[in-house]
Amino acid sequence: MHATASVRAVENALGLIIPDNARIIRNLISGIQYVQDHVIHFYHLHALDWVDIVSALKADPARTSALAQSISDWSKSSTDYFKGVQDKVKAFVESGQLGLFGNAYWGHPAYKLPAEANLMAVAHYLEALDWQREVIKMQALLGAKNPHAQTYLAGGMSIPVDPNSQNALNAGSIAFMQGVSQKALDFVSKVYIPDLLAVASFYKDWAGYGTGVGNYLSYGQFPNDGESNTANTYFPRGIIKGRDLSIVHPVDHTKVSEYVTHSWYEYSGGDDKSRHPWEGETNYKYTGPQPPYEYLDTDNKYTWLKAPRYEDMSMEVGPLSRMLVAYASGHQRVKEVVDAVLKHLGVGPAALFSTLGRVAARGIETLITAEMLPVWIGELAGNMKKGDFKIHNGEKWDPATWPKEAQGYGLYEAPRGSLGHWVKIKDGKIENYQCVVPGTWNGSPRDANNQRGPYEEALIGTPVANIEQPVEILRTVHSFDPCMACAVHVVDPDGKEVIRIRVK
Amino acid sequence: MNFPSDDALNESSETMEILGHKGISRRDFMKFCTGMAALLSLPASFIPKIAEAVSSKRPYVVWLEFQDCAGDSESMLRASKPTIAQIVLDVISLDYHETIMAPSGKQAEKSLMDVVNNQKGQYIAIVEGAIPLKDGGVYCCIGGKTALDIAKEVCGNAAFTINVGSCSSWGGIASAKPNPTGAVGLGEAVPGITYVNLPGCPMNVENVTATIVHYLTFGTLPAVDERHRPYFAHGKTVHDNCERRSHFDAGQFVRQWGDEGHRQGWCLYEMGCKGPIAHFNCPSIRWNGGTSWPVQGGHGCIACATDNNWDVAYPFYGRLPNVPGFGIEKTADKIGAGLAAATAAGLILHGVGRAISPKKDDDNK
Repeated sequence: MHATASVRAVENALGLIIPDNARIIRNLISGIQYVQDHVIHFYHLHALDWVDIVSALKADPARTSALAQSISDWSKSSTDYFKGVQDKVKAFVESGQLGLFGNAYWGHPAYKLPAEANLMAVAHYLEALDWQREVIKMQALLGAKNPHAQTYLAGGMSIPVDPNSQNALNAGSIAFMQGVSQKALDFVSKVYIPDLLAVASFYKDWAGYGTGVGNYLSYGQFPNDGESNTANTYFPRGIIKGRDLSIVHPVDHTKVSEYVTHSWYEYSGGDDKSRHPWEGETNYKYTGPQPPYEYLDTDNKYTWLKAPRYEDMSMEVGPLSRMLVAYASGHQRVKEVVDAVLKHLGVGPAALFSTLGRVAARGIETLITAEMLPVWIGELAGNMKKGDFKIHNGEKWDPATWPKEAQGYGLYEAPRGSLGHWVKIKDGKIENYQCVVPGTWNGSPRDANNQRGPYEEALIGTPVANIEQPVEILRTVHSFDPCMACAVHVVDPDGKEVIRIRVK
Repeated sequence: MNFPSDDALNESSETMEILGHKGISRRDFMKFCTGMAALLSLPASFIPKIAEAVSSKRPYVVWLEFQDCAGDSESMLRASKPTIAQIVLDVISLDYHETIMAPSGKQAEKSLMDVVNNQKGQYIAIVEGAIPLKDGGVYCCIGGKTALDIAKEVCGNAAFTINVGSCSSWGGIASAKPNPTGAVGLGEAVPGITYVNLPGCPMNVENVTATIVHYLTFGTLPAVDERHRPYFAHGKTVHDNCERRSHFDAGQFVRQWGDEGHRQGWCLYEMGCKGPIAHFNCPSIRWNGGTSWPVQGGHGCIACATDNNWDVAYPFYGRLPNVPGFGIEKTADKIGAGLAAATAAGLILHGVGRAISPKKDDDNK
């Protein structure tokens, strides 16, 4: 979330250490966001690339029940339950108003799940819609609302802590959060993970597609202390280069830079050089075709995204990067879960460098994060017990206390990947502000050295069964959890474009 | 609000039959209709009418995204009365929504154009995000078409448009100074269309549902103010309905984040709260099924539903000048109208003004 990166950049510029309660509250807001966001991504933004809803109509509810009970002890698994879901879907389809599900790729040969697995997934698609609304209430409690939490302050948080007040986080809030975190972990461990493993077992060939650039960046996530960019985080900071899990390289923010060679901006020093965000420029200059247009000229500038690089290399960011860095760093819990998933699917660690690996890593991270929620809730309760109610470090609240000039940066791992904000402050005002976001790391255009970004690289070699219904392309692009619409052009071996796909 | 007995729906047994077929329990449906009547401030006698309206053929809805962050789409997913599953399966036919629809590319475009061509004048358009007008609209193109051209075609052929969130209502953060892309709200971009604004950052989904239900029930849009905002959602200021209003009137103000007053829920006016200039039902309906809202979270209101809040309500931690301690009802509109000038003059000098109840204020120190 940008709020964290933003206040962290200012805290870094002013040298502020935040109180422990503020650190914990931020971890909880972020943690529940990871869990909720990843589940929405799996069921509502990505599942329909793998799950054929129409096929679910042909499922036998009794066999669906047997399947569900064989993989999980989740209570909603009776024959009647699946029959009810199927009836609901049937009535919806018979209404002739297919809404969000019209004109999709139902019946496409790339769909491999048996009808019963499809029905089970559809039931969980609907359950997850209700579940996500309930679990995000933890963020609404701590952040005042979701989306757009509003309790972030430079120096801490605005949500008061006081067990003897009805207007602050108190024992009732702790109990509420414990309830939510239990609900979160139950669904993730009994529905999401079993579904993920079941679906993945039918799509193991996708462990061979969608690798991408093979470099993975994580700024580290869930701080254990109040330092603005502490390296002491639960998920570690680091970089994997060239798919080599034997070495985890350190992260140095000064090695981040951005190119605009193929982006609709111009740099004062020329577009063939990259710039560190502190020296960053956002001089927009559109040189694309005048709308309406059919095609962009990808030999020249073709996007509003800049091209972020680390040591001049393309980097993938997101759950896969975080889990790979943690795995290679020897993070005990990550290692346990990753190894268990690999064993279950009967594949080796190399399978992680793929579309399927990206989907699996997201689930693994969700489970481990959900397990941490009660730990942070316990830390907050422990501070309350000690009488520590501090939520904000106000020593630099008044801009009159600031130095004439300051600069800072705030590193954060959003659910979809590494996020950095860089700020320069002069005379109490922002002089320059640059954000380098997950969407530009992963969706990056080519740079001055003609290196592709992760999406572009990952699509090369993807088999497409029906050029008019390229669901396979969606699988890989959606596996990154894109935050935007983007265009994919499928080109035949002669270089002639055969189709253009817009991925939403 | 009188809560009706289950008998209120007896006449509509056909309705209940349809619902049974859709897998919705009578109890859930009653709860939904009752909740909607309450939000729209309607008497219980309207509940059967609401029930009938929402159980017939679902109206076609298309949702467009322009210069946006999808925050309003996320907000829609948090719907609890009714739930998002009920909305998309039972209340409306949501045929186009880039973020959550199953098809992509050409197939997605077909879904949109099928509605525009086949349901002309019948469908509801929902718009999220601002529309950039500068330089021929090149700053937001989808499929090679400008946001403006898409909006003209889709909203121009709709029965009406609901602008969700501040960006489509008046330009939102994309239009904050210096507004590099010339971003404006839909009403300004496509003059002459029928629309309702539901600003907020994001909008509150309960107000979107209520607007749709109002239309289905009465065949008209709810009454709106000069900013095209429905009175049921934007008729009063946050300050008027604030749970901490008594602390404002008593001169009990938070001085520092985490101080005793902050922990006891005192007024956030001195910390920069913009509640007195913000017209929104935030304090009464709250967020996420009534879990909280900004002031309950210990943070002042940033007037997110007020035109140009990024410019006129800034700095967010600077105290508003000249908010009367009592009788706010008489002057609230005046304050709202004079806001831009007043803030430009006063807010920048943040911390310079004094509170209006100086005596009680001083007692507090």
